[in-house]
Amino acid sequence: MINTKSSAIRTEEMVLNMGPQHPSTHGVLRLELALEGEIITKVTPHIGYLHRCFEKHCEAMTYPQIVPYTDRMDYLASMGNELGYAVAMEKLLGIEVPQRVEYIRVIMAELQRIASHLVALGTYGADIGAFTPFLYCFRDREKILHLFEITCGARLLYNYIWVGGLSHDLHPDFVRKTRDFIKEFKPTIKELNDILSYNKIFIDRTANVGILPVKTAINFGVSGPNLRASGIKWDIRKDDPYSVYSKFDFDIPVGKGTHGTVGDSWDRYFVRILEMEESLKIIEQALDQLPDGDVQSAIPKRIKPNAGHVYGRVENPRGELGYFIISDGSTTPYRVKVRAPSFVTLQILGELCKGYMIADVITILGSIDIVLGEIDR
Amino acid sequence: MMYDFFVDLFGNTVIAGIASGILMSLLPLFLFILPYALLAVLAERKVSAHMQDRLGPMRIGWHGWNQTIADIIKLIQKEDIVASDTDKPLFNFAPVLVFAGSYAAFAAIPFSSYYIGSEVDLGIFYIIAVTGLVVAGILMAGWASNNKYSLLGSMRSVAQIVSYEIPTMLVVLSLVMVSETMSLHTLSEMQTGYFWNWYIFGGPGFSLTKFLLIPSMLIGFIIIYISTLAEVNRVPFDIPEAESELVAGYHTEYSGMKFAMFFLAEYANMYAVSAIVAALFFGGYQSPVGYLGNLLGVEWLIPIEQFLWFAAKGLFFVFVQMWLRWTLPRLRVDQLMAVSWKYLIPIAFVNLIVIGFITLI
Repeated sequence: MINTKSSAIRTEEMVLNMGPQHPSTHGVLRLELALEGEIITKVTPHIGYLHRCFEKHCEAMTYPQIVPYTDRMDYLASMGNELGYAVAMEKLLGIEVPQRVEYIRVIMAELQRIASHLVALGTYGADIGAFTPFLYCFRDREKILHLFEITCGARLLYNYIWVGGLSHDLHPDFVRKTRDFIKEFKPTIKELNDILSYNKIFIDRTANVGILPVKTAINFGVSGPNLRASGIKWDIRKDDPYSVYSKFDFDIPVGKGTHGTVGDSWDRYFVRILEMEESLKIIEQALDQLPDGDVQSAIPKRIKPNAGHVYGRVENPRGELGYFIISDGSTTPYRVKVRAPSFVTLQILGELCKGYMIADVITILGSIDIVLGEIDR
Repeated sequence: MMYDFFVDLFGNTVIAGIASGILMSLLPLFLFILPYALLAVLAERKVSAHMQDRLGPMRIGWHGWNQTIADIIKLIQKEDIVASDTDKPLFNFAPVLVFAGSYAAFAAIPFSSYYIGSEVDLGIFYIIAVTGLVVAGILMAGWASNNKYSLLGSMRSVAQIVSYEIPTMLVVLSLVMVSETMSLHTLSEMQTGYFWNWYIFGGPGFSLTKFLLIPSMLIGFIIIYISTLAEVNRVPFDIPEAESELVAGYHTEYSGMKFAMFFLAEYANMYAVSAIVAALFFGGYQSPVGYLGNLLGVEWLIPIEQFLWFAAKGLFFVFVQMWLRWTLPRLRVDQLMAVSWKYLIPIAFVNLIVIGFITLI
C-alpha cells in the first residue's frame, strides 16, 4: 500500500468510470473509481445492467419451468444452479431421488466446477497480461463442454437437472470420455502452474494485493473459494452435505499465504487450482461407484408442494448458492429469493481496493471472480 | 551513385539532387520497413497462435499470408473518426510524429556495408535522440484525445520510456568506450571475421582485455535488451497500452489509418531496437562464419549476404520479443519503475565503471 497523505501540494481527485464497456470488468459492471494520481481512494460498484427480474419471473411460473431460468444466473456454472434448485425443491417436497441420479448430479456439478474455475483462472491471467494461459484454460474447458453436450445437447445452459431426476440418462460414451478427460487434464494443471502460478511477475502482481482478513470476510458473508483463501475451512459439501457428497473422500484446500499474506489475491487464485484437483478426485470416485437405475422414475407428475418454506443451499464454484422458496400450496411459488455468492462477494471490493493502484483493481476484481449474470439476476 | 544517374538523366544538378534525395529516403521504406511490418504483424499472429494451440489466420491466402494486406486495406478504407472534444491539430499530428520518429531511426542503421541510409558518424547517438521524438508523439496523442484512459496511458508511457532510456544509454556508453566510435558502421566493421570477434564475446583481438570483458558484456546485453523491450512498450512492459486496464492506452481514440500508423510504428520500433542490439553486440551485418561470396570469389554477393545476416539477426530478436509477449504477464507501474531505477540503472552504472577500468588496463 502506498501512503497518499505525504504530498504537500493539494490536488483534486479524478473520477474514472471503469465500465460498463471495459475489457476487464467481467461483464457489464460499472466501477466508479476516485483516484489520486493512480491511487484508489474509493470504489463504488454500480450494478443492474444485466437485471432480468429472475425472482419476480419465478412467481408467474410453475416449479419445473423455473429450472431453465436458473441456468441463466451464473452462466458459467449452470449445473450448479440447477442442482441448488433441485436440492431446495426436493427438500420442500420431501422426495428421495435414485442413487444414480445423485451420482450423475455430483459428477456434473464437479465437472462444472472445473469448467468454471478454468474460466476464472484463465481470465485472471489475461487480466494480469498473460494471454496464453487464457487460451490453454479455454481449450480444456472446451473438453468439458463437449462432455455436457453429449449428455444433454447443450453447451452452456443445460436444463439437465430436474426436480426429482434428470432430463436424460448418460450417453453410453460418457464414462469413458470423462476418464479420458481426467487423464488429459491432470498434466495441464501442472502446465498452468508452470506458466502462470509460479511466474515471478505473476506472484509480484498478486501476492500481498487485496488482502481479505478472515473477520471482514465473515462480516460480509463471503463464501466459497474467496473465504477459504482467507484460511477458513468452510465448504457446504463437507459441513452441510447434500446429495451424496458425504460418500467421497476429498480435501478442502485453504489459503496458506505461500507468497505473501493469507487471503491475498494469489491465495484466492491458487485455492481454485487446488479445488480443481479435488474435484477430479470426486469425479473419479463417483465414476467408480456409479450405480445403475432409472434417472426419471422419481420425477413427480405435477409439483404442488404444501404451503411452507424452505432454504436449500449448495456449494457453487463461486460460493454458497441458496434458494429460499415460499410455497402457498399452488403450482407456482409465492416467492423465490436467491442468495447469489457473487452478489455478496462484490460488496467487499471497496474494502479490498482502498489504497491500491488502478492496475490492482483489475487484479482484485479478477481474483474475487464474480459473474454479473448472478449479481443482477 | 544514384545522384550521378539522375544528373545524366536530367542534365541538371539541382533536380537530380532533389530526385535522388527523395528516392533515397523512400527506398528503405519500400524496400525494408513496409515488407518487414507486414511480415512481422503476420508473424506475431502466427507465433502467438502456435504458442497458444491455435492456427491463427488461415483463410486469406496460403496459411493466411495475405491477412495483413487485407487488414491494411480495411484500415485505409475505414472512416477517420475524430471525436468532437479532441484537440484536433495535436490529435492529427501525433501519429505522424510517432511514425516519423521510429522511421527516422532506420536512416542510421547499417543494413550492410554498402547499404546505409545515411552514414552518420554519431549513428548510435542519432538513433537514441531521434527515437526520443516518439515520447512527444505519445504524450500528444494522450493529451489531445481528451480521454482519461488515454491520458493515463500516455503519462505512464512517457515515464516508462524516459526511465528506460538511462540504462540503455549507459550500456551504449560502455560500448562506445570500448570501441572508441559512435558510428554503427564502424562498430560493425570492427566485429568482422568470425563470431568470436563480436562484442558479446569481448570484441576483436585475443588480448587479455577481451576475456575480462566477456562477463561485463553479457550483463550489458541483458540490460540493454530488457530496457529496449520497455522502450518499445512490449510485454512485460506494455503498461501504456495495458489492454485489461486502460483499454488501449494512448491510442484508444484512434481509428483507421491513424491507428495503423501507431501500429506500424510499434513494429518498426521493435526492429529498430533489435537492430541496435544486433549492431552493438552481435556483429551487425557481419557473418558469424565467413561469406559465401569470398569462397566463390563473387564480390557482389557479399553485401547481399550481409543484408540477409543483419535481417536474420534483427528478426531473431523480434521473435524473442514476441515469444516473451506471449509468455509473461505484465508488471505494475511502480514495479516497472523499480526494475529500472533500483536494478538496471545501478547495475549498468557499475558495469560501466568496470568496463572503463578494464579498457584502461
